[in-house]
Amino acid sequence: MARFVLEDSRSEEAGKSALVKILSVWAVVSIIGMALVWFVLGPHLAPGTMTDQAQGAQFDIKFVSTLVVPVLLFVWFFFGYSIMKWRVRPGEDGTLPAANLSGNSKAQGAWYVITTTLVLGLAAFGTYFLIAPAGAGGGEGASPIWTPGTTKLLQVQVIAQQWRFTYRWPQFGGMETTGIELPVNTEIEFNVTSLDVIHDFWAYQLGVKADANPDYNNVAYTKTLATGRFTVRCDELCGIWHGAMYNYGTVVSQQQFEQWATNMEQQNASVTKLLPKYSLTYTPSYSGAGGGYYNTSVDPNANL
Amino acid sequence: MKGVRLSKGARAGALLFGFAALIGLLIFGVAGYLRTSPPTVSVGASSSGSVNLVMQTDGAVGVGPHPSWVGYFVQDASGAWHQTTLIQLPQNTDVHVTLYEYDSGGNLRNSVWSQVAGTTGGVAYINGAAESVVNPNTNTGNGIAHTFNVPALGINVPMYGVSGSAKNFCNTGPCNTSQAHNTITFTFHTGGAGTYRWQCFVPCGLGYLEGNGGPMQSLGYMAGFLKVV
Amino acid sequence: MAIDFSQETKSGSSGASAHKSSIFQPSIITGMVGGGLGFLFGHWAGNAIAGGYQQVVGSGSNDAAIVLGYLFAVVGWFAGLGALNYPLKKMLGFEPENVEHTSDPGWGKYFRYTTDHKVVGVQYLFGMLVYFFTAGLLALAIRTELLSPVHHIWGPDTYLEIVGEHGTMMMMMMTSVVLGPFGNYVIPLMIGSKKVAFPRLEAASFWFTPISYFILLSALWQGGFQSGWTSYAPLSVQQGVGQDGYIFGFGLQGLSMICAGTNIVVTIINYRAPGMTWGRLNVMGWSMVSLGFTMILSVPVLIDGLYVLALDRTAQTSLLYGPHGGSSFLWENLFWFFGHPEVYLLAIPGFGMVAEIVPVFARKPVFGYKTAAAGMIGLAILSFFVWQHHLFQSGMNPDMRPLFMLTTELISIPTGFIYLVGMGTLWRARIRLTVPMLFMLGVYFNFLFGGVTGVYVSDVPINVTVHGSFFVMAHFHYTIMGGVIFAFFGAIYYYTPLVTGFQLSEKLGKIHFWSMIIAFNSTFLPLFAVGLLGQPRRVFEYAARLQTLNDWVSISSYVLGLSLTFFVVTWMWQIVVTRKKSVRDPWSSRSLEWHVDSYPPPAYNFETIPVVVAGPYEYADPDALPMADIVVANAGRDVARENVR
Ligand code: HEM
Ligand SMILES: [Cu+2]
Ligand SMILES: [Cu+2]
Ligand SMILES: [Cu+2]
Repeated sequence: MARFVLEDSRSEEAGKSALVKILSVWAVVSIIGMALVWFVLGPHLAPGTMTDQAQGAQFDIKFVSTLVVPVLLFVWFFFGYSIMKWRVRPGEDGTLPAANLSGNSKAQGAWYVITTTLVLGLAAFGTYFLIAPAGAGGGEGASPIWTPGTTKLLQVQVIAQQWRFTYRWPQFGGMETTGIELPVNTEIEFNVTSLDVIHDFWAYQLGVKADANPDYNNVAYTKTLATGRFTVRCDELCGIWHGAMYNYGTVVSQQQFEQWATNMEQQNASVTKLLPKYSLTYTPSYSGAGGGYYNTSVDPNANL
Repeated sequence: MKGVRLSKGARAGALLFGFAALIGLLIFGVAGYLRTSPPTVSVGASSSGSVNLVMQTDGAVGVGPHPSWVGYFVQDASGAWHQTTLIQLPQNTDVHVTLYEYDSGGNLRNSVWSQVAGTTGGVAYINGAAESVVNPNTNTGNGIAHTFNVPALGINVPMYGVSGSAKNFCNTGPCNTSQAHNTITFTFHTGGAGTYRWQCFVPCGLGYLEGNGGPMQSLGYMAGFLKVV
Repeated sequence: MAIDFSQETKSGSSGASAHKSSIFQPSIITGMVGGGLGFLFGHWAGNAIAGGYQQVVGSGSNDAAIVLGYLFAVVGWFAGLGALNYPLKKMLGFEPENVEHTSDPGWGKYFRYTTDHKVVGVQYLFGMLVYFFTAGLLALAIRTELLSPVHHIWGPDTYLEIVGEHGTMMMMMMTSVVLGPFGNYVIPLMIGSKKVAFPRLEAASFWFTPISYFILLSALWQGGFQSGWTSYAPLSVQQGVGQDGYIFGFGLQGLSMICAGTNIVVTIINYRAPGMTWGRLNVMGWSMVSLGFTMILSVPVLIDGLYVLALDRTAQTSLLYGPHGGSSFLWENLFWFFGHPEVYLLAIPGFGMVAEIVPVFARKPVFGYKTAAAGMIGLAILSFFVWQHHLFQSGMNPDMRPLFMLTTELISIPTGFIYLVGMGTLWRARIRLTVPMLFMLGVYFNFLFGGVTGVYVSDVPINVTVHGSFFVMAHFHYTIMGGVIFAFFGAIYYYTPLVTGFQLSEKLGKIHFWSMIIAFNSTFLPLFAVGLLGQPRRVFEYAARLQTLNDWVSISSYVLGLSLTFFVVTWMWQIVVTRKKSVRDPWSSRSLEWHVDSYPPPAYNFETIPVVVAGPYEYADPDALPMADIVVANAGRDVARENVR
């Protein structure tokens, strides 16, 4: 066989000019794409702006989505260009050697540095936006460390049970309601717990999500900024009616809220008397049946 | 085995047969699986523009794959009892419910469900007496057996249990009114068309952790739909 | 052309078993009989022991009987398969013949406990296809329910049982989707070995899968489990006997992974041919080492968790139940300590396959060979340090969150290596867009979406919105279905000539590829939006405004189903009916597996152990020597040239 010679189209020069083309088109398209995502799509992104935490989440999603644009485009352009330019055309011998290129320390080095910087930057970004808006609306467990800087909190206990949420209001006589209303411009502290299996309290528009664990209090904060309706859905599989475990709430003006709460307190007075004392968790021992799963003779909670 | 050589046609036939067998197996499996769904009982409109829904709750249904589970029976227009929780109702209609409760009671996991809600007048009649809140701790000693709870219609009706040691306690369903029972009646309005799920809030799934497994997680026992059409 | 000596392999032990064939010869049939008898015995024992337990009397079902039934069914199954004969005889001091290593012609060996790695590979291939299609059909059943937000096809209980069954079967079985068929079949050939290190472990690893599949599937007819593939306690403790099927099915598949992982790791470490240095090992080999170690280290934690769950369910311990002193967080942590490495066990072999196949069709060395190996090892190691990212909203200790966010995002770095390798390898390449290559490019295309959305889910503030939603669902389907499953199908197209000796039609393959990738993206891309708009996972009811998107997705999923059906029919048709003989080395690969003396390779792979003198990827060097002297220099080139057209 005659000495093999690589075609010009696969030469180093061809590669260089290809790289320039890819990068310049990429830069232009990326800027347009990023602007579109940031300015056009951004304001419509989930989960809206009803609370401080939702606003923060929306900003984060917008930020990450904007960053994703150049990454996607870079990979697409690179693959697309390579395939278009260097694919074997009909009639060509596809088994001949191509460029003998088993690495490139510059390209590899640049790649390592860029990806590492990006990743560390994102982690720092995420950490900042986790801490700044008081835990970003996520369940912080029983002893939260990122709290709103105020003690003027409205406390709402979210009690999940198979398969409904109810809400208890320690600042309103410990009443328990099946609906939820919240005052606007108020820091809210959710104390989320469960009476049986694990559920999850997801108030989409409030930017709040916290697992409801049995025998455990999971705290999440949010600050309401606007009035409107919000959806509460259970977001942890909890059995047959998991998909139907949702209800709607409203953020209303502070006066409306006061009125609603006082009304409810009166309406519910006779049931409130029957409820156990307000507490951060409720073990079945005090609210009854254990299903007879554990042998009665060893079950400390049986027959109560 | 060695040296078996099939002709091309035979191989094609065998393969097609294989595919056909596979599809057959599939249909068989799926059909067998679906057969287990409980029936829907339809309650037609009566002359007065309202309908009557008659149900019973039994400590053990006595029929089907899980005879020992608690569950509901629903009466159809001809008076026959069906072990199901799928009920078809007309829309925008008052439904007069009569519930025969044959099961013994226990405590509510969450006492908030001792309040009667979503019924006409906010009351339910327990053996004729109107109640708006039942006290699970002090009621006649027999606790609360079940609650009929339709979240989307805001309905919650707790039902007193009967004494588990009553002489004529009904051990397997369907029960009849000569056996120990409480009669609970109430009326609710169906509203618009839709499929409304309903459940019970007494952890009555005996033998399951928290009392919420088994019948509580199976259609036909303590979980169902009101299909309002 | 080297001689085809496969006819002459009469020596060895295979001859002995050939004439012993009768219905009493151990096979899948005797295995099933053994399994059935074992189940009956165990069930009886369970009833005798636990029949009077308060829990059993109350619920009317006896988990102890089911669990013991399964336990003895497994013993009976392996006894029936004859898997225990050799070790038992050996233990008793006899010198048994190695009857399991059969190279009989004919089909019988595929239905028996066989220690030839190539037979095991084929068994796995068909097994995996069956498992994948079963779970795939369940997926279509899920999508059918989601056609309407309020009108229900399945009951809510049935719906959850289907979701759990689909997820569990996929997550169990697909861990072996590359390792099982291709790792077992090809790796020994690739490294120039006549056999694997632990043929019995390897055979056992396969034979765990049918019974695992059967037990898991049978859960559906016993009320299923409504707790999903994650089966969080205490919901999973609350479930009926279907949950025992989950425990056993997953546990057996776990044992299978441990056996398979151990075998492949030891084989690669110890059975490489002379000259097959670590620096020459195929990238696929590196992926299998990373995978094997990940399996060996993570699966025991799963089995431990399952054991704890089984105890809570049968003996009424309360290890996972808070009010009696246990903790539901225990399961969450045990599960995800396995569960996250598991998702990388799914991804790594896909990457291995990609890095293996792309150079062949690019006629270039792997770009950054060490980077590729480091990427896979990095993924394997990091995967053990991220598990709490599944629990960001669970109420775990809050100060752990930044740490787990960081470790999770670090994963992007080794994942990025895989892209660097791919892009570098295509640079100035000679790209043949064959069907296997298209699938590999498809992996890159799909996984990219999975990768970038991984940044969203790992960012804690964004996680608050997307956790537990369809966004996450779309994310992991992009990585797994779009990644390893595409790699799997590509590998089938690539290796069918080697494994069966038959050539596949490029045209049919392309129809399959294009329909699959379009339908796949059309199914899963909208789900990111569905999730962001607030639809949680595992729900049978959703917001009415999301119906259009959901219907689009469901219909696309049916097209995806059709595309996959098209594959099965055309593929089976070509290897069973039309049977077009493959040329030698159809893809012009340098790698050793293609340079055996016949397709399928002879029973002992190589007549003499090859001495490796060059690496597998020196495609771009016109003067490169063949990898080993068994190869008639560039034997495949002429034929392949004709193939290009
Ligand atoms: C054949 C194409 C596939 C389709 C159309 C599909 C579709 C679906 C759907 C609709 C769900 C239910 C989502 C929900 O309601 O939460 C689901 C869940 C799931 N799928 Fe797939 N899937 C496919 C392939 C796969 C593959 C290949 C895997 C992994 C190997 C996989 C793993 C899972 C898992 C783990 C779940 C979650 C189950 C759970 O929530 O417990 N799927 N899939
Ligand atoms: Cu829930
Ligand atoms: Cu009940
Ligand atoms: Cu993970």
